Amino acid sequence: MHHLWLIPALPLAGFLVNGIFGRRWPNKAVSLVACGSALLSFLWVLKTLLALGDLDAPYLERYYTWIQSGWLHVGFDFALDRLTAVMLLVVTGVGFIIHVYATGYMAHEGGYYRFFAFLNLFLFFMLTLVLAANFLLLFIGWEGVGLCSYLLIGFYFRRNSAAVAGNKAFIVNRIGDFGFSLAMFLIVIVFGTLDFQKVFALAAERPAETAGGILTLICLLLLVGATGKSAQIPLYVWLPDAMEGPTPVSALIHAATMVTAGVYMVARSSALFLKAPIALEVVAYIGLATAVFAATIGLVQNDIKRVFAYSTVSQLGYMFLGLGVGAFSAGIYHLMTHAFFKALLFLGAGSVIHALNGEQDLQRMGGLRGKTPITFATLMCAGVAIAGVPPFSGFHSKDAILLAAHHHAPWMYWVGVATAAMTAFYVFRALFLCFFGEPRGERHAHESPAVMWAPLAVLAALSLAGGYLNVPRFLAPMFPPGHEEHSLGLVAVSVIAGLSGIALAFFLYVARPGMADTLAGALRAPYRLLFHKYFVDELYDAAVVRPVVNGSDGWLWRGADVRLIDGFMNGIGGAARRTGAVLRLLQSGNIRSYAAWVLAGGVAILFLFSFAGGAR
Amino acid sequence: MSAVPISWYLILSAILFSLGVAGFLFRKNIITVFMSIELMLNAVNLSFVAFSYKLKQVDGHIFTFFVMVVAAAEAAVGLAIILTVFKNRRTLEIDEVDSMKN
Repeated sequence: MHHLWLIPALPLAGFLVNGIFGRRWPNKAVSLVACGSALLSFLWVLKTLLALGDLDAPYLERYYTWIQSGWLHVGFDFALDRLTAVMLLVVTGVGFIIHVYATGYMAHEGGYYRFFAFLNLFLFFMLTLVLAANFLLLFIGWEGVGLCSYLLIGFYFRRNSAAVAGNKAFIVNRIGDFGFSLAMFLIVIVFGTLDFQKVFALAAERPAETAGGILTLICLLLLVGATGKSAQIPLYVWLPDAMEGPTPVSALIHAATMVTAGVYMVARSSALFLKAPIALEVVAYIGLATAVFAATIGLVQNDIKRVFAYSTVSQLGYMFLGLGVGAFSAGIYHLMTHAFFKALLFLGAGSVIHALNGEQDLQRMGGLRGKTPITFATLMCAGVAIAGVPPFSGFHSKDAILLAAHHHAPWMYWVGVATAAMTAFYVFRALFLCFFGEPRGERHAHESPAVMWAPLAVLAALSLAGGYLNVPRFLAPMFPPGHEEHSLGLVAVSVIAGLSGIALAFFLYVARPGMADTLAGALRAPYRLLFHKYFVDELYDAAVVRPVVNGSDGWLWRGADVRLIDGFMNGIGGAARRTGAVLRLLQSGNIRSYAAWVLAGGVAILFLFSFAGGAR
Repeated sequence: MSAVPISWYLILSAILFSLGVAGFLFRKNIITVFMSIELMLNAVNLSFVAFSYKLKQVDGHIFTFFVMVVAAAEAAVGLAIILTVFKNRRTLEIDEVDSMKN
């Protein structure tokens, strides 16, 4: 036994301790418990991985039978294989770094203990999700992280927009979870079990469904779940709004870990998806479409966190593209590098916002280079990593995906390259607007304390060098061998695309500061379309939200509830009341009138018996 | 033992019972009402005993003794209640004892 359960149990303990006692404790103690439990969990992961050596076969720990109903058996089991190992390291490692950062960022906020309790609870559910050895246990973690996401988006619950954003995230995720649940039911029907090993072994024996079938349906429903959690078209709308939460939450939950749960789940179910090529194709299309779509929106946003939020959606699209073209390990590779540089981008953005006393609008920033040099340097590291500049981390993972896409369908590669150029452009646009030029708003910026910039430095190092953690080779035994192609020409094209994106951003926002506005003025209609995010929120509002609200209001509330149900209940009550009003006249309080009624009753019974012939 | 027809006993019993009912309904003094109840009970007792005698069976006697025992107990409780009512209200008018209604 290697006590895998300790990995999620430590953050759970942190949650319980902070949740129960944290209110009375000083902030230092709360931070110690929260960061300590995350760190211990990380160390336990390391210790377990070292003790297990090479994970050629998955290591399984069975704790107890959770559900036993007829032939259905669901165990409370944890499994550790190479895929899980990567996820565990990312979740606990990045999670710990962000915990430390948050102790600085949240230092002056109310609800300090609450924040850290939720953050630890999130880690617990996320670790349960990646350790789960069957679909149902994975679903528990899946729902749990959704809950924590909701709680933390709405952390500033006094602000209406935060409460609304939390609701939106929760409801949109419910749609995805519905698909996931249906997929699980179908898996139970088809395979008779939810256990990963058994399901995948049984699926491997089936023929590939080139023309669709039950496995295709299962995979498409799983994909619906994944689009909800991982913010893909059409369910991506919640993620940009989720930026209402505190910045460390955006970094941990809405960039580095939780939103990658869908990617993880699809990669985990690769045995199913490989038997359903149509579903896999759909994954690739959705990923590519999301990548382009979100990147174009990101080009013109002015809220620094929103730029990075759309960037997250876009990069998740990349991961799905990688999964969809069969390069599962490349998708997970990008998941890991993305966790490094996107967490860094968000934490850096948080540091900037902190420096500017809460300013998030890029139009009101500028000239911060000299005032916050460490934040500037680390954010530049993240920028070159996400832009795919060699030899930094994003370059490796993005090219792994793009090469696989090229092998699958060349046009996907070209769309991916165009997206990479846009990615480089909007990230550097944000960075240039933030750090270069003249200050356009708050002038008294200050560098963040060491407890905040130290995590930035660690993440910067990981963003730069993380590409040399050769995840695809590590994961090679997990997935069928992909196409090994190293076309220098294709790599060069994507690198040039990234660099030209940076150059264009430099030209528009540093060299010729007025040019961007002129350009926006010249391209009025497309600019408006992008600025308003293709009016998707308005479209959903008109197509889904309004009908549901109106239907609930007009039909269900005023019609079914008020008229039918209330009418029925009030009718019964009214009838009883009216009957009572008549009957109460009998109760006069006069004993003799009662006696007269008794007498009358007795006489009536006598008459009945004697004339109707009751007693003979 | 000359045979008095059983119908005479029953008629007497019915007359006594009707007197009791009438007294219960129309008298206003609680004690009189109470006595009327006793009268009804004894009217029933009379018919029990008559039938018992006629049918040569002991059941009716047993019933009668039960009724008498219960009536005695009831009289004890009832008179105690009447005493308390009089102590509290200074009246034995049955129409004025109606606080359950209000």
